[in-house]
Amino acid sequence: MDKLTVSPSPHIRDSMTTSKVMTHVIIALCPALIASVIIFGARALMLTGFCILTAVVWERLCNLIMKRPDSTGDLSAAVTGMLLAFNLPVTLPYWMAAIGTFVAIVITKQLFGGLGHNFANPAIVGRIVLMLSFPAAMSNWVVPFYNADAIVTQPTPLVSGNAEYLDLFLGTTGGCLGEVSALALLIGGCYLVVMKIITPHAPIAFIGTVFIFSYLVGRDGIYQILAGGVMLGAIFMATDYVTTPITPKGKVIFGIGCGIITCVIRFWCSAPEGVSYSILLMNIVTPYIDMFTRKKAVGEVYKKQAKEGDAQ
Amino acid sequence: MRLNGIILPHKKGTENAETVAVPCPETVKISMSQHMGAPCRPVVKVGDRVTVGQKIGDCDTYMSCPIHSSVSGEVTAISDMLLANGKSCKAVEIACDGLQTVCEEISPPTVTDKASLVKAVRESGCCGLGGAGFPTHVKLDYDESKNKIDSLVINAAECEPYITSDYREMIENADGVINGIKTIKNLLGIEHVYIGIEVNKPKAIALFEEKLAGEEGYTVLRLKEAYPQGAEKVIAFNATGRIVTEGTLPSDHGILVMNVSTVGFINSYLETGMPLIERRITIDGDAVKKPCNLKVPIGMKLSEVLKIADTDIEQIHKLISGGPMMGVCVYDIDTPVCKTNNAFLALKKQGKLKKLWWHESAHTNCIRCGRCIEACPLGLMPTELEKAYDRKDRDALNKLKIDLCINCGSCSYVCPAKRSLAEKNQLAKGFAMSK
Repeated sequence: MDKLTVSPSPHIRDSMTTSKVMTHVIIALCPALIASVIIFGARALMLTGFCILTAVVWERLCNLIMKRPDSTGDLSAAVTGMLLAFNLPVTLPYWMAAIGTFVAIVITKQLFGGLGHNFANPAIVGRIVLMLSFPAAMSNWVVPFYNADAIVTQPTPLVSGNAEYLDLFLGTTGGCLGEVSALALLIGGCYLVVMKIITPHAPIAFIGTVFIFSYLVGRDGIYQILAGGVMLGAIFMATDYVTTPITPKGKVIFGIGCGIITCVIRFWCSAPEGVSYSILLMNIVTPYIDMFTRKKAVGEVYKKQAKEGDAQ
Repeated sequence: MRLNGIILPHKKGTENAETVAVPCPETVKISMSQHMGAPCRPVVKVGDRVTVGQKIGDCDTYMSCPIHSSVSGEVTAISDMLLANGKSCKAVEIACDGLQTVCEEISPPTVTDKASLVKAVRESGCCGLGGAGFPTHVKLDYDESKNKIDSLVINAAECEPYITSDYREMIENADGVINGIKTIKNLLGIEHVYIGIEVNKPKAIALFEEKLAGEEGYTVLRLKEAYPQGAEKVIAFNATGRIVTEGTLPSDHGILVMNVSTVGFINSYLETGMPLIERRITIDGDAVKKPCNLKVPIGMKLSEVLKIADTDIEQIHKLISGGPMMGVCVYDIDTPVCKTNNAFLALKKQGKLKKLWWHESAHTNCIRCGRCIEACPLGLMPTELEKAYDRKDRDALNKLKIDLCINCGSCSYVCPAKRSLAEKNQLAKGFAMSK
């Protein structure tokens, strides 16, 4: 003992860290990845691995160029890469996937200041840019258990509108790599809720709104929540800490907004799917939701300011 | 409605350690500022002989309380000492003669009503023994015409990890505490008493329920183990369901909150007339080989106290006065013990205990996970407060109610990015108050 250390309280900290949070998210994404590998074969695993790898490489390159400390250790880049891969068709060429991760990591995240400063979900932006740039490759939906030598494609259930509920629930249907199996995504979502990584506010509000809204306009509500990207979007994208509101009330508003926009795009726009756009749009209004859903402090007294002075 | 709280590891390893009185030290250094409020002036001179319980410091200011000698001996010096908050005050140094002669003036006070109780409590040098050190007589001296106090809340939550001194008070001095509660209840005419104990102390709950069985107007509350259960506003709410609103005191809502050790001491003072000259202190931490509860005379050097607990002094990296959540770091191992101390934790460097981090790891960007907001017992938004402070936005800080922060440290504890939110809140509070 030479000198005693003096530091402000508290002197103990919980063992939860940012990288542990991200690890839990990766674990929660694994059931959907396994389902995808079973349904679409090894290329699903290859594409996901490739996206994670490029995302981490872009992040590290940005750190080096911008002279920032190495941030790949927090695993957020790996999560972004994985989520982006889940939003891609399994047949997408690797170079296109690399462009997607570049947009996600470099343009959406690092140029805005890195983790915690991005205004929109990087994976969502990556997917939207790819969809607008390569519409054909991004809607090349292969049938489940396909043969790599003779690829057969089919429209997604949202376009065809004739898939069985069981196929949609298990994921034996056409669609993006990670979004097809509602069951696997729900398992991941439950894991995150149980581990207290996310709260169920936004997913329930999102999925519930899609269900009710579809029912109200005369569509099949169950079909709408099982088909397409609603499960993936609601459980893993609408719960992204950085780009969604911070209070429970705000999260519910966020989920409802996402649900309504998704349905409006699906039913009345030319695009077949609207989950990514809805989340992006709600990401943009997140600061405003935060502003209007500030928590009231315990014992807070509202003062009628300035009014008294005017009355005199 | 329910107030937020966080689950902490208890680490109450000393809960079964019976209190041991330490032998009389050779010298003591008694600080003249041991309570909240104005510091005392020494009323003795160098060379004076003092006895146990003799008044050695006093002050005319209302918000203050006198200080007494814990030993008998000769005053050797009146020096300046630096306090943890950066201010300095006088300190009386006494060389002990080892005889522990008791002052002749010591006799039980006559207490018949509220005014005489307030006067007696002031003379006893009693201040809140929970840690803040608010002079107890000021608390008791509320304006009866304005506030009708109907609830007395005895704070025995002891929600900080490690500390067990209040628990030992309840176990070892249960009759004294209950007697003290009854005296205060009767003198102040309070209708109902709530004794708030966290459920991790089943023995204390059982003991108090047994002793108060069949008596009207007493409730033993089983409080959830949720830090900061012992914070004044939190325990007042959990006991009575009344919210202590911004800018008011519990007494404005008819509530009087007192620490269990304070009540125990008041009872012993009323019985013997011996002022506050010693304290039960928990000594724990991973550098302490024999964690224990000690009865320490005020003014004893901390290094001597630590030696009694067989502490590996060379290994100490951080010495905390109080609990690990709100405790203050001690910078000098020879700091004297004062009235408000209830525990000292001697921690080794970089100890990573199960599920807890000691060391100050580097912080990363806020990921807006909202854990701090979920943790704050007063419903504040620590991450927003931090951002508002960083951009020096005084209006936003006031809007976010920075003045309500009680510095419990829950926000920093839960932060996965390891940001120093509690520290920022304290800085922000000072900044928002400054004009």
